[in-house]
Amino acid sequence: MTERLDLRDAEWRGISTKYAVVEVGGLLIMGVILSVATAIPTFVTGIQWLAAIPISLGIIFLINIALTPRRVRAIGYMLRDDDLVFRRGLMFRRVVAVPYGRMQLVDINRGPLDRAVGLSELKFVTAAASTGVVIPGLPEQDAEELRDTLVALAESRRAGL
Amino acid sequence: MTDPLEPVPAPEHEPAPAQQAAPILPEQARRLADGGWHRLHPATPFLRGGIAFLAIIGVIIVNARDIFLEMIFGGDNGFEPFDRLARAGFLIPIVLIVLLVLLMSVAGFYFSWRMHTFRITDELVEVRSGILFRTNRRGRLDRIQGINISRPIFARLFGAARLEVNVAGQDANVELAYLGSRGADDLRRAILQLASGTRAAESAVAQAPGQEHGGIVERRVSELLAPELDPNAAPPESIVRIRLPRLIGSLVFSEATVMAILIAIGIFVAVTVTGRYFWLLAFLPGVLGFVGYLFARLTRSLRYSIAATEDGIRIGYGLLSTTNETLPPGRIHAVEVSQPLMWRPAGWWEIKINTASQASSSTETAAKTTLLPVGDLDDVHRVLQLILPSLADEHSRELLEAGLSASANDDAYVTSPKRARALRWFSWRRNGYALISDAVALRKGAIWRSLILVPQARMQSVSMHEGPLLRRMGLAELRVHTVAGPISATIGAMDRGDVIDFFDEAGRAAVLSAGADTSHRWRSENAKRAHDAQKAHDAQSAQDAPIAEAAEDVPVAADDPEVTL
Repeated sequence: MTERLDLRDAEWRGISTKYAVVEVGGLLIMGVILSVATAIPTFVTGIQWLAAIPISLGIIFLINIALTPRRVRAIGYMLRDDDLVFRRGLMFRRVVAVPYGRMQLVDINRGPLDRAVGLSELKFVTAAASTGVVIPGLPEQDAEELRDTLVALAESRRAGL
Repeated sequence: MTDPLEPVPAPEHEPAPAQQAAPILPEQARRLADGGWHRLHPATPFLRGGIAFLAIIGVIIVNARDIFLEMIFGGDNGFEPFDRLARAGFLIPIVLIVLLVLLMSVAGFYFSWRMHTFRITDELVEVRSGILFRTNRRGRLDRIQGINISRPIFARLFGAARLEVNVAGQDANVELAYLGSRGADDLRRAILQLASGTRAAESAVAQAPGQEHGGIVERRVSELLAPELDPNAAPPESIVRIRLPRLIGSLVFSEATVMAILIAIGIFVAVTVTGRYFWLLAFLPGVLGFVGYLFARLTRSLRYSIAATEDGIRIGYGLLSTTNETLPPGRIHAVEVSQPLMWRPAGWWEIKINTASQASSSTETAAKTTLLPVGDLDDVHRVLQLILPSLADEHSRELLEAGLSASANDDAYVTSPKRARALRWFSWRRNGYALISDAVALRKGAIWRSLILVPQARMQSVSMHEGPLLRRMGLAELRVHTVAGPISATIGAMDRGDVIDFFDEAGRAAVLSAGADTSHRWRSENAKRAHDAQKAHDAQSAQDAPIAEAAEDVPVAADDPEVTL
């Protein structure tokens, strides 16, 4: 059974494929830093088998980087009539549906790597911390439009807490 | 002073008991809630200082008495510090300094009281305080999550009470400490009335308090002995009574006791094996902690009461320091009915809730989130009907009973498939969900049984998850997100198809219920109806009316054949 957890009649809107660049960039930086840091004991002590740590770390990061394009393609969102549905994850998949009226606020964040390729990250906050809807990799223009749409939708469907 | 023209507060002054007679009080509450700035009980700084203040006075009195006696009887021993100071010529300056400090602190207390003002308008409750560092806190009335009146033992002796207005958020409470005890009850009623969306004129509810007259001592005594719930504001009968044996039994057969016994055995073994009594020392803090925990739980649950009022549910508890909290309708975000293994022979259950206002300290949180410390099945049903009135009908009751009873695969709950046995060894038959009226029910656990109910109108979002293992098995996990609290409504190891169905259904139901929900202004639409109902002395229907109404409008999937039979 390799069927995926997904909605039946879903037309997901994907995010910009450029987001893969951001992800890969971030992973590369992290991977290099961690590998170098864990390689230090090997050089200092000269014990051979300690090199296994940086090598395995490097391999994990490489696999991760190789999977990034697929992972980015797995991220999707959908504006339905009354709620926002968000999906992410390749191995660990997660699908969330949030009614618009539940919105408390919308954040737009841009990291340095995001800025370099002109992307933004949109965060949809509700009263429940576990909702955790963060849509990454939206082109700046789209992110702002989406934010305005969401705010307008939330306003028209305002609900209590 | 910032407001020289503000009305003189004069909250229940002790010296005027005669004028404090019955009919004034509701008026006074109305006056306190008139939108102008008011001050707190004049004894506030004294009560806040509380025991520390008493201790200092005690020390001073004891010392002064010694000195006084010595002065009279002329007994002098050269080691007296005062003598030495006097001889060195420092006595006068030191006395002056002490006096100055005393004066300054009295002045400080006075000004902090003067500057500590509050007001209650139609929209918000606001408190300003502080002399040098001013703080100003506002809470919106339609976001009130509960109003808490607590009377610590010390304040209780002086007939004062602390009123806490909880709004949604971490530690987001507007605290009015202290108010006159009677005034606090009336003020709470007034605030709830404003918050409920009824105008004061509309709700000319005759609240004639059958107040006792009499001297100050009598009033204090009667206040101390009075039931925790104000008999005028609530039907005097609490719907649940916890008898002392049951309460003690529930504590004895709790997990904490088992842990304590295990640790005791461990230490006993350690002592006998090593022959060193040093291990007993390790026992001591544990014993203290355990006794403290038991005592706290016991006093918290003593004189427990829960009852319906027209403005929500009132929960009162406490023997020496009492607390009673009013939760307006629609403020409960999740309910969990659970049963530890050891409670099963006795058939006891515990009810916990999630609310949007969280206390900062963990003990307070525990007290606030435990709705029913211990009760049998009937108690549980009564409390559930109170907090989720839409579940009162026969069908829902059956579903609830199925949710609480032992495993059964053929009931109305959609349960885990048989292949989930590897993940839910004992509970796969029980592990399941159902939509009951306008709530979502998640049933879990064979050893630690629990039933989680989330009102659809309070669901923040729904999500489904799968990992590599669950995907292999064709299973998925489902989570219903609510505000943070002790309950997390998740259910794992369900069939993937079922989860997707439920995800759709619950998502749709959440939107519909949220749209139809009017509980943030719970009386605005039904003010007249509730008023009439109350006139008919039918408190129960008055309390249910707005919610039941809202529930009827919701086209919930209650009669969806797929889910509910």
